[in-house]
Amino acid sequence: MSQPFAKTMAKSQKEISISDFFAKNRQILGFDNPSKAMLVSVKEGVDNSLDACEEAGILPTVHVKISRTEKKDRFIIKVRDNGPGIVKKQIANVFGRLLYGSRFYAIRQSRGQQGIGISAVVLYSQMTTGQPARVTSKIGDDYPCHSMEIQINTKTNRPQIISDEVILWDEIPHGTEIEVEILGRYAREKKQSVFEYLKSTAIVNPHVEILFEDPEGELHRFQRVTERLPDQAREVKPHPHGIELGVLKTMLHYTESRRITSFLTSEFSRISPRGAKEILERSQIGDKKNPKRMNIEEIQTLYNMFQEMKFMSPPTDCLSPIGDVLIRKGLRKEIDSKFAYTVTRDPKVFRGTPFQVEAGIIYGGELSPGEQVKILRFANRVPLLYQQGGCVITHAVERINWRPYGLEQRGGKGIPVGPATILVHIASTNVPFTSESKEAIADVDEILDEVALALMECGRKVRSHINKKVKLKKISEKYSIIKEILPEIAKKSAEITRRPRPQLEGVITKIMNVTVIDSGLNYREEGSGDSKQKITEVAIRVQNYTTRDKRFKLVAKVPDALLQGIYPDRHRIRENLIEWDVGPIPPAKSLRLGFTMVGLEKDDVDEVELFHSNLTGEVIGADPL
Amino acid sequence: MVYKGNKVALDRLKEIAESVYGQLERSEVPHLELSSRTKSNIILDTDHDVWKYGEDKIKRSAKDLGGATSILRTLYTVDFIGDMIKGGKSSTLREMYYISEGWEKAKFPSQDESNKLAEDLEIITTCMREDFKLRPEEDGARVMGDITIEETNRKGEKKRINCKDDVGDSGYGIPYNVEKEKIRFKGINAKMIIAIETGGMFDRLVENGFDETHSAVLVHLKGQPARSTRRFIKRLAEQSGLPLVIFTDGDPWSYRIYASVAYGAIKTAHISEYLATPQAQFLGITPSDIVNYELPSDDLTDQDKNALKSELSDPRFSSDQWRSEIKLQLKMKRKSEQQALAKYGLDYVTDTYLPEKLTEMGLL
Repeated sequence: MSQPFAKTMAKSQKEISISDFFAKNRQILGFDNPSKAMLVSVKEGVDNSLDACEEAGILPTVHVKISRTEKKDRFIIKVRDNGPGIVKKQIANVFGRLLYGSRFYAIRQSRGQQGIGISAVVLYSQMTTGQPARVTSKIGDDYPCHSMEIQINTKTNRPQIISDEVILWDEIPHGTEIEVEILGRYAREKKQSVFEYLKSTAIVNPHVEILFEDPEGELHRFQRVTERLPDQAREVKPHPHGIELGVLKTMLHYTESRRITSFLTSEFSRISPRGAKEILERSQIGDKKNPKRMNIEEIQTLYNMFQEMKFMSPPTDCLSPIGDVLIRKGLRKEIDSKFAYTVTRDPKVFRGTPFQVEAGIIYGGELSPGEQVKILRFANRVPLLYQQGGCVITHAVERINWRPYGLEQRGGKGIPVGPATILVHIASTNVPFTSESKEAIADVDEILDEVALALMECGRKVRSHINKKVKLKKISEKYSIIKEILPEIAKKSAEITRRPRPQLEGVITKIMNVTVIDSGLNYREEGSGDSKQKITEVAIRVQNYTTRDKRFKLVAKVPDALLQGIYPDRHRIRENLIEWDVGPIPPAKSLRLGFTMVGLEKDDVDEVELFHSNLTGEVIGADPL
Repeated sequence: MVYKGNKVALDRLKEIAESVYGQLERSEVPHLELSSRTKSNIILDTDHDVWKYGEDKIKRSAKDLGGATSILRTLYTVDFIGDMIKGGKSSTLREMYYISEGWEKAKFPSQDESNKLAEDLEIITTCMREDFKLRPEEDGARVMGDITIEETNRKGEKKRINCKDDVGDSGYGIPYNVEKEKIRFKGINAKMIIAIETGGMFDRLVENGFDETHSAVLVHLKGQPARSTRRFIKRLAEQSGLPLVIFTDGDPWSYRIYASVAYGAIKTAHISEYLATPQAQFLGITPSDIVNYELPSDDLTDQDKNALKSELSDPRFSSDQWRSEIKLQLKMKRKSEQQALAKYGLDYVTDTYLPEKLTEMGLL
């Protein structure tokens, strides 16, 4: 060998651009196969649109259109939003440059965490079909609307503008549309399909309207059910427990602080000047040290000290949960079911990172009783469609013994079977995914416990719903006994014995032997414009089917709303409770009660929870207090 | 049990309606009480040496939909039977099921339900369903042997039939009513009665002339025997005093056939003393036979094993001999059919197996 091998190697070693790298490792971006590529392309486009709209305080309306081309397996995807638009100068950067964006440092709950970004779709399109992406964007009626064809130079990771023209687009005041041609596959009936993804997105984003035109030309509409935009998640500084060594290095490199003391106190949350002093003393680093001059040993020591020391937990008010009412509405509108319950847990912290768990369950209706329960997983409002088996959410579902809650489960473990769908949403400033493809959330104990607690609460509600259903079935059976069978028994026995028909009242009371309390809700609107009133009327009926007088206390738990017209008069209001002194109601008689709530949206409440005390015997429709 | 006749049945049925009416008048929730028909509620009646229902009662109450519907069905059925008796008609259980089509809320969902109700009425009234003018669908089985029967036919004529000389190779067919007013035994010239489970084996014994060579009355059980077959065997055995042996396949289901002939069936324990023949002896195929005769055999299925285990807790199989045979079979996990004896040739069963077994039992 005439020269060292390394020299020969060096000839072929050259700096590869980030675009080049991704071009060769497309599975990292999630483009493993044509059908997944289709899904990821739509998802990146939609995520981008929703983030843009929400940041600008606009209620998003997103149009997605997929059409076939004349070439086999090649599709055109169009995603259009009513967002703020992008200024001309930035269009090429946003769509034509990988890892371009303002979020690289920002620690906050965002969809953008989920993927590599829309530019990856542009790159994929260009690699598989050779076609540039077309981006059209308008920032206002008084500004020109640009329509550009963009490609990425994979060597330099810089955008190339193929064409740029100003066009007229007057359908909407502002917005952005991206159109790409990709190699893909379209599957309608699949768990991991574009349709399912959009439907799931609509469930956890009830403020969004999505219109989807599929390759067959069929238009699907996912409606908006609330006009309320989610609260903007606040940006927070990193917590010393929640940072990785590499990020610490980068932060030290880019900081504007001149001294390590001010770096620690200004770039982190929960490091006080006293805390900073202690860290530096214990790490034996001078407090005037320039952060950019730290050597690797010092950085490592600093990092270790972060882990060793105790700090106040990070602030958790930076998260933006969906809220239990909105999740319920979202679920209700997309899945037909008899019962829905949702819960939003208080925010918690793992390794210096705040997170919050929300869960929901729907039961009955059109859901099939013989199949495994479907699990809808979400991270920061984005559906997770792949790697269900490797996700902490699935593991929490499998860990719970669902049988006491009325679902079937082989051996008390695994995914339960029954007419139910489970939804879990995890919001966090840094969702701990299992891998770069960001399809499953890692098994972090704190998250596992929170998800399990939320699901068990859902389970308990399903159980009481089923109990109530069983009781109602029993009561309807009793009704058919006293209305249909018993009169026949009386008639036939009188016929055979040739005697007059006997009186049945006494027997009827004995057969029923129950107090039935039922309630109904009626929503209506009065007036219009500013004086419009949203009125929810609640009517309650107590029927005494026992042989004794009934005298008891009935309590209704009501949501936060203005209460009016409570009847009858013998009642008290305590916080969220209305308490009535009921009775005495004589046997076979009934009593009506009710009240009106003002200010609640339609479907904000499904039913009013009722409780009783001092009511003996079997009761249907209210739980003991 | 003595034959009570239709009048008694009519009165007893009316008592059911009276009792329900009385409950309604007193503002009580209507209910009917009857013996629980389960394995745990059969006890040995030492007077008759048969197994009968014990003290456990079940209550049908109009408090639940099932109970209420059942009471209504009972009343409809009582009314229907009453009309039938008064009109001098009779019907099959299946016809009654179809008639219930017009009973609206009281309609039976399946014939099983109407058959069960007929049995319930037997238990409540201590009458027989024949007294209610209800008869089963299935006919009785066949008889071959030197006995003479006087049967009153549908024209009211008395006919004498010798079950060897006056019949073809298929033998005498047992009618559904085998009571005294229908048949009487006039001459019995035999040393034993052999009841056989399968038609194939019955025909083998007939073809080989076993009834003549060994003076035996052969009765074909046709699987689980109909009531009339069991009643026929009971009357024949009682009147003749002849020994009775049961010859079946060697599996748990066949042991139950034996038990129902000898001790009564769980379903009809209310009329056991009327149907069961306690002196019946089990001939085979026993699990020991499978071993001793090296019979071709099949694996026990899971259902077979469960049936055997259930027999271990069945009071009718509590004798030491039965228990050890059942345990042996569970251990070897094999079963054989009676026709497996053909392994040694067509005459083996009549020339060797039966003579050996009958000698063992002290009958030859």
